[in-house]
Amino acid sequence: MKLFGLSSKKRIKPPKPESESKRQPHQQISLSNDVVDCDIAKTTTATMTSPGKLKSSCSELDLDRPNIEDYLPSGSFHEPRGKLRLRDLLDISPTLTEAAGAIVDDSFTRCFKSNSPEPWNWNIYLFPLWCFGVVFRYFILFPVRVLVLTIGWIIFLSSFIPVHLLLKGHDKLRKKLERCLVELICSFFVASWTGVVKYHGPRPSMRPKQVFVANHTSMIDFIVLEQMTAFAVIMQKHPGWVGLLQSTILESVGCIWFNRSEAKDREIVAKKLRDHVLGTDNNPLLIFPEGTCVNNHYTVMFKKGAFELGCTVCPVAIKYNKIFVDAFWNSRKQSFTTHLLQLMTSWAVVCDVWYLEPQTLKPGETAIEFAERVRDIISVRAGLKKVPWDGYLKYSRPSPKHRERKQQSFAEYVLQRLEEK
Amino acid sequence: MGNTSSMLTQYDIEEVQVHCNHTFSQQEIVSLYQRFCQLDRSNGGFISADEFLSVPEFAVNPLSQRLLRMLYGLNFKEFVAFLSAFSPRASLHQKIEFIFKVYDSDSNGKVTFNDMLDVLRDLTGHFISEQEREQVLTDVLEEAGYTKDSLIVLADFVKVLGNSDLKLEVEVPVD
Repeated sequence: MKLFGLSSKKRIKPPKPESESKRQPHQQISLSNDVVDCDIAKTTTATMTSPGKLKSSCSELDLDRPNIEDYLPSGSFHEPRGKLRLRDLLDISPTLTEAAGAIVDDSFTRCFKSNSPEPWNWNIYLFPLWCFGVVFRYFILFPVRVLVLTIGWIIFLSSFIPVHLLLKGHDKLRKKLERCLVELICSFFVASWTGVVKYHGPRPSMRPKQVFVANHTSMIDFIVLEQMTAFAVIMQKHPGWVGLLQSTILESVGCIWFNRSEAKDREIVAKKLRDHVLGTDNNPLLIFPEGTCVNNHYTVMFKKGAFELGCTVCPVAIKYNKIFVDAFWNSRKQSFTTHLLQLMTSWAVVCDVWYLEPQTLKPGETAIEFAERVRDIISVRAGLKKVPWDGYLKYSRPSPKHRERKQQSFAEYVLQRLEEK
Repeated sequence: MGNTSSMLTQYDIEEVQVHCNHTFSQQEIVSLYQRFCQLDRSNGGFISADEFLSVPEFAVNPLSQRLLRMLYGLNFKEFVAFLSAFSPRASLHQKIEFIFKVYDSDSNGKVTFNDMLDVLRDLTGHFISEQEREQVLTDVLEEAGYTKDSLIVLADFVKVLGNSDLKLEVEVPVD
């Protein structure tokens, strides 16, 4: 199967199952809405915007990327040969083919497609087994998990509140205890969906001037990582109970949040970030540079914010095994609560986490190139396909500059042919 | 665990196949139906302009606005018929007819100078001045034996495009 809508020169094939980790040779990517001005503030841990809401962001096309034509279906009109004829003007088939290709299939939509599980139970032998599973999952496993989670919360709150209020004078001790408690409650969360998580590589340590970046599938990424290390994370401000947690508990581990839509938030967050990475006793910083949840088969463009802090960047690759449940949180289709319930009624969430080799900015490398390099490393490790799109296109339309580039190339073609005899 | 394709019966598929002159195989139609449902987020039975434009690769296409007018309110059957020109099984004549329809914005069977100018404007934007555009088009038309006032019909399109190698082909992904 093939992907259309991408240029005919280079198509990104959808991922083959698991084994797929071959990378495409050095893909430079930048079909972004706003690479130039994208900053840290746009990095989020999760998405929470209603589907219909479209905001036009101050979009600037990053024009210094070398291979953009490989990605943009660039009106590849036939080679100039001889004088311009009527046929050359009337033949609009390349542009039409691109449009139809995008209608039939496109790499952007694929990034956010939740794949429904293959039904396996429509078989006389398996059906009773499946029924038994359903009863077991919903009526035994689920209540037990709710109980575990409740106990976890009781333990957590009954120790967190006193620690938070009583140890005001002993900052160091309080921070340490709070860190442990947050890790504890996250372990309870992971236990509540029988998270089978395999961590590979050295555990993150606390030291200044380093930032962790990971690919993003669901808000549970955060919980999975937080279970091992109390990261401070940059996230989108959420409504509802998640928002309440953000402004109370997560604040204590140094999490920073913002509103994707508010420009002034960005500057504040950028500043907070810089301050945070310099502190010696701060929790390690975790950023999801995609800024939105992707279905764990693809990676969308990385926002460059995390890569221009002047720190060491430690890539973290997360790959979910979809054998029991799809861990992708499709925020358009379900609320986070529904998503959690779905996880809690499944057999288990199986995932692999790799802490990869820390990377630093090479001399002469721009933040965008650096971001791409790190994205490469993560994609290869987790077996994800890279697409040239900015995840924020979920919320806004692509910049008109992309269209103008196509128009320009056609205009140049016409004018060039005109001069030939 | 419902699979969207299960909603199409064999009769439905055959009906769609007849409607599009068997340019798509049954599997391709199932694929297209899944895609149609995916794009039709509001479940309205047709894909709105907004839903089409949510595909970035479509939104950046210079002809997207023009195509949107043709795609407006199409149900699945009509949607497949629209795409049938892009099937490898469609005849050259079908493909040329499709291109003609793109030009013929008022669908009266005649393409005027202004129709052609509009398409050329979509394709070149502000990178060619209006004056120059008109000049180019007039020149090319005259060279091909038409004038600025000629009304061009489908037969002319066939004559002009008939012996060129049109590449109007899209492969429907079948999983």
